[in-house]
Amino acid sequence: MRRTAAAVFRKDVLVELRSRALLTRVVPFAVLVLVLFAIALDSEPLVLRAGAGLVWMTTLFSALVVVQRSFEVERRDGALDVLKTLGVDGAALFVGKAAALIVQLLALVVVLLAGAVVLYGVNVEPSALVLLVTTAVLGSCGLGLVGTLYGGLVSGTSSRDTLLPLLLMPVTAPVLIGATRATESAFGGDVTDATTAWAWVGLLAVFCVLFAVAGAMSFGPLLDSDS
Amino acid sequence: MTTITTNSSRSTGTRATRVLGVVAIVLMTWVVVSGLFVTPADAVQLDSVRIMYVHVPSAWIAYLAFITTGIASGISVVRRHRSLGFDRVAGASAEVGVLFMAITLVTGSLWGRLTWGTFWQWDPRLTTTAFLFVTYVGYLAIRRLDATPQQRARRSSILALLAVLEIPLVHFSVVLWRSLHQEASVLNTDGDVRLDGLMLFTLFSGVLAFSAAFAWFVIHRQRVAALDDLRLTSGLDAALVERRAEAVTQ
Repeated sequence: MRRTAAAVFRKDVLVELRSRALLTRVVPFAVLVLVLFAIALDSEPLVLRAGAGLVWMTTLFSALVVVQRSFEVERRDGALDVLKTLGVDGAALFVGKAAALIVQLLALVVVLLAGAVVLYGVNVEPSALVLLVTTAVLGSCGLGLVGTLYGGLVSGTSSRDTLLPLLLMPVTAPVLIGATRATESAFGGDVTDATTAWAWVGLLAVFCVLFAVAGAMSFGPLLDSDS
Repeated sequence: MTTITTNSSRSTGTRATRVLGVVAIVLMTWVVVSGLFVTPADAVQLDSVRIMYVHVPSAWIAYLAFITTGIASGISVVRRHRSLGFDRVAGASAEVGVLFMAITLVTGSLWGRLTWGTFWQWDPRLTTTAFLFVTYVGYLAIRRLDATPQQRARRSSILALLAVLEIPLVHFSVVLWRSLHQEASVLNTDGDVRLDGLMLFTLFSGVLAFSAAFAWFVIHRQRVAALDDLRLTSGLDAALVERRAEAVTQ
């Protein structure tokens, strides 16, 4: 199973590296959203205070694009059917695809956090760096796991473009709230103190574990139902 | 031409459901009469307290419906036989649940406007309810996709079980989130009313009336769904028989 997952992961990352969709389309889109948020709010103190939330909202929007792309690649030419015919384990497929998605999302979050520093003028103390990195990793994990699960669920259907946001947005609420609060603390905001921030990180970790298990268990049966 | 025949009756009703329907109507009539005219107005909330007789029972039914959907989906996943029947109950219950959840949200925000001074409060109960509503709207969207009944059952029951996993997480995170903010309400958010005997009795009747209506809706809806599935499968069988007959005559 580990070898299959690694192979799927390698394939997805390779597809991404060669197509450069993340670099040429998703990252510019995400940065654009950051800029538009600042224009819409039109107030520097407000943007500074909302910075953490805006970063994670942008990540969520971009995650929708990345997830759709990740499964569009599989759907085209019936790649998913071939994998199923080969008898690839559903759990391994889930782990591989989720891992590739998490890596992409993490790269995106890093760009967005840097964007918040540059565009919104947020200040990150070196002592808050551990908290920020942990939050970025776990937040990307949460979004990547549920993204893969629900992306797989709708991938074989005709109205997947509109269904994915409807299904994914409510599930990601805990990630959005948790990651925002923890990031806010790392940005030096006074709403959330460090102890509470780590409590939120704990919630993110619980979320990741639960959906990793649920995803690995249900991904195989979900894909079967599309055949 | 083969026509699909169902077991004789032209409706999805049976004697039991007719009795249930009459009980629901009678109870509902009593709740309307008592809630609007017989029970007294509240000392503080005046007549607006009467919304409670719709709001509380529909919230109760909405949650009951989603619990039913969760349990039926769980059984549908585990069981090999008759899992489609449980899936249809899950779907019927979710449909009715979304309806009652919408009633809950609308009556709740109207009541909130009158007693709290605002339509919406970001309090954990309300926020979780809104997320639950959206989640099950998504669930119904998945059920409506083109698929065989078996595919639909598999996909939707997994989705329902994921919702069971998700809702406590959402609720917990919203509780944790709101506990960090001070109350933003105009008035006391504690909408609890001291109830006199008749008000309590009317409220209780409301819960019974709505429960009876819920059961009636779900039974009929899942029977309609069963007929729908039957039409889908036996329609295909009938077409096959026809083609075979054509082949023989040629």
